[in-house]
Amino acid sequence: MIAIIKYNAGNIQSVQNALNRLGVESVITDDKTTILNADKVIFPGVGEASSAMNYLKQRELDKVIRSIKQPFLGICLGLQLMCKYSEEGNTDCLGIFDTKVKLFPPKLKVPHIGWNNFKTSEGNLFKGIESSEDFYFVHSYYAELCEETIAVTDYINPISAALQKNNFYATQFHPEKSASVGEKLLKTFIEL
Amino acid sequence: MLKKRIIPCLDIKDGRTVKGINFVDIKDAGDPIELAKKYVEQGADELVFLDITATVEKRKTLLKLVSQIAKEINIPFTVGGGINSVQDVANLIQAGADKVSLNSSIVKTPSLITEIANEFGSQCIVAAIDTNFIGNEWKVFTHGGRTETSLKTIEWAKKLENLGAGEILLTSITSDGTKAGFSLQITNEVAKNINIPVIASGGAGEMKHFNTVFEKTEATGALAASIFHFGEITIPDLKNYLIEQQIPIRK
Repeated sequence: MIAIIKYNAGNIQSVQNALNRLGVESVITDDKTTILNADKVIFPGVGEASSAMNYLKQRELDKVIRSIKQPFLGICLGLQLMCKYSEEGNTDCLGIFDTKVKLFPPKLKVPHIGWNNFKTSEGNLFKGIESSEDFYFVHSYYAELCEETIAVTDYINPISAALQKNNFYATQFHPEKSASVGEKLLKTFIEL
Repeated sequence: MLKKRIIPCLDIKDGRTVKGINFVDIKDAGDPIELAKKYVEQGADELVFLDITATVEKRKTLLKLVSQIAKEINIPFTVGGGINSVQDVANLIQAGADKVSLNSSIVKTPSLITEIANEFGSQCIVAAIDTNFIGNEWKVFTHGGRTETSLKTIEWAKKLENLGAGEILLTSITSDGTKAGFSLQITNEVAKNINIPVIASGGAGEMKHFNTVFEKTEATGALAASIFHFGEITIPDLKNYLIEQQIPIRK
């Protein structure tokens, strides 16, 4: 069973729809015990960092997330909340990844909306995926490169398209909206 | 590199697609889901569903359809048509729409954009502008292009960005249906004057029109309906052609 963390962010149902298409059972929940006992945990989201962080803290989900030992996948805002700090709402985040989240400078169109590929990618999450393949991005803030960056995409600056630290994985793009290549990545995560 | 987006638009009435499509391997050309899946398979980068249903009652049919689309489709999709309130948006997002497109209602109540942005984020708001060249200037029209407003297109686009729109869908009424190409000048003027993405719409008739709009303007996406529906241009052919022309396109 895969637990999808329920919080005040959009796009959560999309993740469950994607898992259903893969024939994988999941539950959308904010229950600590269910999350801690799941085989895998997905932390999705489209939304605003400070209000999302407040919501998580009120329910002590911040502590739950940090204590998770199973494979864990943050998506989009999920990735940003796993970093140590976000400029969006001047927010102290979960601190799993040692990097900051910054607003794109207005050199190209912002938000970064659409399909983009990688300069580099490494690690098992991208197994069988070429750097020329595109994923769907939609975001105005990005995580700066750091030790834990496992995929780099160029948009205005080089940005962390994906991060990994131990069992914690995260993607800035939306695998659940990235056609067959996104399904491939989700399947790899499910089979970790 | 960020790719330019090719976006087919499907008109929906009472839960069915309006314009017939002549894909040979589709059993029911009126079934929006079957058509949408076909477009996804062919490499569409996003989809737009434009609901032209008039009655409030039939809107429930739309919500049911949106939730089915969300279950079946693995790329982002936008739903537009008749959205008048934050509650309308909430219902569509809850049903699984990634984005909503608003047009007449935001001309009437511009603050609606900000309310939606605060609640659901700018990324889900596609502000649609229907524009026509009238009396030597580009003006904004509403109600499917029937009603002229006093708004000037570029000023309105700037205002929409400030209010919190995430993207602009710019349809040139002047070009729409002509198959003579996108309106390049206004598309570029709008795109140059704002920092959010612009999707060009109206006038696509040949593959080279897509090449031109991506070469000559800062539009990051192009939308078309009938040329895809009637199979005049297929998405795989169009994408291969644009790749040959050195336009960044998702394979």
